[in-house]
Amino acid sequence: MRSRSFDVLLILPAAIFTLAFLILPLARLTVEAGTGPSGFAGFFAILTEARYRNSLLVTLALSIVTTLATLALATIAAQTLAHRKFPGRGLLLSLMTFPLAFPGVVVGFMIILFGGRLGLVNSLSMAAFGTRAIFAYSLFGLFLGYVYFSVPRVLLTLLAAAEKLDPSLVEAARSLGAGPLAIQRDVVLPALFPAMYTGGALCFATAMGAFGTAFTLATSIDVVPMLIYTEFTLATNAGMAASISIALGAITWAALALARSRAMRDTKGG
Amino acid sequence: MGLRWTTLAGFAITALIALFLVVPVLLSVYAGLSVNYARGISAGFTLDWVRQVWSLYSDTVWRSLIVALMTLALTLLIGVPGAYALVRRGGRFARIVEELVTLPVAIPGLALALALILAYGGFGAFRQSTLFVVVGHVLFTLPFMMRAVIAILETIDWRTLDEGAASLGSPAWLRFFDVILPNVRPGIVAGALTVVTLSIGEFNLTWMLHTPMTKTLPVGLADAYASMRLEVASAYTLVFLIMVIPLLIGLQLAADLTEKRTKS
Amino acid sequence: MNARAEAFTRCGSAITTNALTKTFHGHTVLQPTHLEIASGEILVLLGPSGCGKTTLLRLIAGLEQPDGPNMIRFDGEDVSALPIEKRNVGMVFQSYALFPNMTVAENVGYGLKVKGIRRKQRESETKRLLALVGLEDYADRRITTVSGGQRQRTALARALAIKPRVLLLDEPLAALDAVLRERLRVEIGLLLREFGITAVYVTHDQAEAMAIGDRIAVMQRGRIEQIGAPKAIYHRPANDFVADFVGTMNRLEGRVSDGILAVDAEHTQARLRVGGGDRSAVVCFRPEVARLTAGPGAIRARVIATTFFGATQRLVAEVAPGRQLQLDLASSLHFAPGQIVAFDADPQAIIEFEKDA
Ligand SMILES: Nc1ncnc2c1ncn2[C@@H]1O[C@H](COP(=O)(O)OP(=O)(O)OP(=O)(O)O)[C@@H](O)[C@H]1O
Ligand SMILES: [Mg+2]
Repeated sequence: MRSRSFDVLLILPAAIFTLAFLILPLARLTVEAGTGPSGFAGFFAILTEARYRNSLLVTLALSIVTTLATLALATIAAQTLAHRKFPGRGLLLSLMTFPLAFPGVVVGFMIILFGGRLGLVNSLSMAAFGTRAIFAYSLFGLFLGYVYFSVPRVLLTLLAAAEKLDPSLVEAARSLGAGPLAIQRDVVLPALFPAMYTGGALCFATAMGAFGTAFTLATSIDVVPMLIYTEFTLATNAGMAASISIALGAITWAALALARSRAMRDTKGG
Repeated sequence: MGLRWTTLAGFAITALIALFLVVPVLLSVYAGLSVNYARGISAGFTLDWVRQVWSLYSDTVWRSLIVALMTLALTLLIGVPGAYALVRRGGRFARIVEELVTLPVAIPGLALALALILAYGGFGAFRQSTLFVVVGHVLFTLPFMMRAVIAILETIDWRTLDEGAASLGSPAWLRFFDVILPNVRPGIVAGALTVVTLSIGEFNLTWMLHTPMTKTLPVGLADAYASMRLEVASAYTLVFLIMVIPLLIGLQLAADLTEKRTKS
Repeated sequence: MNARAEAFTRCGSAITTNALTKTFHGHTVLQPTHLEIASGEILVLLGPSGCGKTTLLRLIAGLEQPDGPNMIRFDGEDVSALPIEKRNVGMVFQSYALFPNMTVAENVGYGLKVKGIRRKQRESETKRLLALVGLEDYADRRITTVSGGQRQRTALARALAIKPRVLLLDEPLAALDAVLRERLRVEIGLLLREFGITAVYVTHDQAEAMAIGDRIAVMQRGRIEQIGAPKAIYHRPANDFVADFVGTMNRLEGRVSDGILAVDAEHTQARLRVGGGDRSAVVCFRPEVARLTAGPGAIRARVIATTFFGATQRLVAEVAPGRQLQLDLASSLHFAPGQIVAFDADPQAIIEFEKDA
């Protein structure tokens, strides 16, 4: 028998909070987006105005490339680490997932230390070849930053999936004469697909919304979150900032929802 | 049998990834302790930068801690009962509510912050207070707390435990405290560590929500990265690392414990 | 009454259900059920999986809401609207529902703590109950560190500790191995009688039902098919279903004339003396009532296989191709497959159902 009133009491704090600080503000954001100089046409400004459209395209491209690179790296690392015991494995794993806790600004700083003027690569390059190698503030630096904060997340997701993969499946495939590439194609990757969707979507959504890294690296390329920030604070164009925010939120939410439904279908349908 | 080339390549790539992730952190630690980073080890080591960071930014450290603890308190208060309510209720309605509550994970922090400012920017006292930052952090971390608790609830037979306690005469609220909460504790611990870690590192929302009087550690870091010399920025980063490392170790221990418990 | 249980007053309530019905999503899981359970009686609900035993038990417990009001009474008092925590029923769950965050003693004492009973009294009460189920040495062990049988006893002690009006047990032994199950079955039966508590005991194991129940209610598809003492259920089953569910039953169909049943089948002259007037009949008898005989009213059947049971052996024999009977005979006799045996059944022990019932 259910005690209704108790159930209501349990959910009440979450309901009030969500209503007051999520639903209401999002509604306010939507209204704000419609009150810009161009009204509700502002929603499409991100597509119609060249500056915004370019920014969206760059951000999309960057996020997609980041996702692909991260998936490739994490898949390899996950398979290397799964089902394998060696001294220091735990420590290695901890070190590799440690950057999970870093805010975007710290990641940006790490990239500066890696590829900035005083960075590691530049000093090595100067010492070895006498040539400068500074890339932290370029699109490539941004890409590295995105990979830096994506790899730990996706690695954890994929490692969990790889640990679940029965090693005897791979052994069976080998006993049937399959080479390493065939094993990847026919056995391992299909088993990892659901995790790859989930991890990939998470990676993509995070990359689309990442702000701190771009902020620290202060690149000349405006990614969409930087665009929102500058529209709101510098141009004090709240309506435009709101409509771009909504477009960005819709993209990331859709990516996650799509991946989740695909991952679910894959795990169910076998 | 020798190692296959694929295995070797895997090891090499994994090692490179690890180096790429770890070396900058080590450089930052080194830079924060070195007298002059550009001149290298020969210049010697010092704690002066850390001291300078402390005198300039110690308020952000304390504020971050306070914000994290307030965020934790609120997510516990809101998230734990909420998670239990969703699992109890089940069905389509619960799934819709869960989707709604976890929406902040899917929406960029900047958009959320903008929404909050537009809705509550007019309430001066609230807008200026640390509480405004806390609200943003709760919004962002609540899904993590709820998911951690829901995950544990799904592994224990909470319904039978609840019915068992009910058959002994225990009213619903007492059953929640006596048999549900103690048995979801691993989830609460994991959720709490995640919430505190995320809150301490939160930047996207905080950068928009903060006022000069409510700067947190990552906001201070962004300041330092933009305007301070590399050694100070590094020393500040070092302070941040020292704050999050115990949390991360705790998270790992909690995860190991739950794994052991579910296996036995 | 045993001195051990003296401290516990007789606390069994009589239970009455009045057209008790339960529907889940438009699907009637429990047909209107009238039950009268006397104070101190042990009623066993027996039936195949999915027949609604647990549902009936949970309705009595207050864990499910009946379809209508006024359907469940304890000692004449309508309890239908009371949730389980207000009904004062002791419940032993199939999975025990012991609290992993508490020790054995804390589990047993939990109901007393909820009632606000002082620590001193609670502890002595808990101790007494633990002694009763033989767990005094395990009081401070975590529930996760004791064996299945010990958990079972803890669950029983915990349910008894609150001095419930009725005790409800849902397959309490199902999670245990066969040897332990048989031993605990006897212990629980004795304990329940000692307490004089009204108990409803759910099982799908007919041997367990026979051993424990004062009465057994055999259920099928949400309906009680028959309710009665174990012996009545076994020897006088009300219908085919009950007959089959509480043991093996042989069945012969045919016409009776001059008190002799002639089986309708090709290639057989099987006959059996059953008595009574001329009629079509379905005649049943249990394997153990078969007697070897050479008389004219005997059935002749061909032996197919024998299974040795110790004192007896079970023969599988056929009166016609595909029409098999099972007979329990002394194991000292020797039978070979293919051999013809002639036997009849004690007319007193023959059960007759109406044809096409
Ligand atoms: N909460 C519920 N919602 C929907 N249907 C239910 C619910 N509980 C039970 N049922 C259905 O009611 C019928 C009877 O279930 P019940 O659990 O009472 O059977 P049972 O006799 O105890 O079986 P078993 O021996 O398997 O435990 C089953 O068909 C079951 O699917
Ligand atoms: Mg059942």
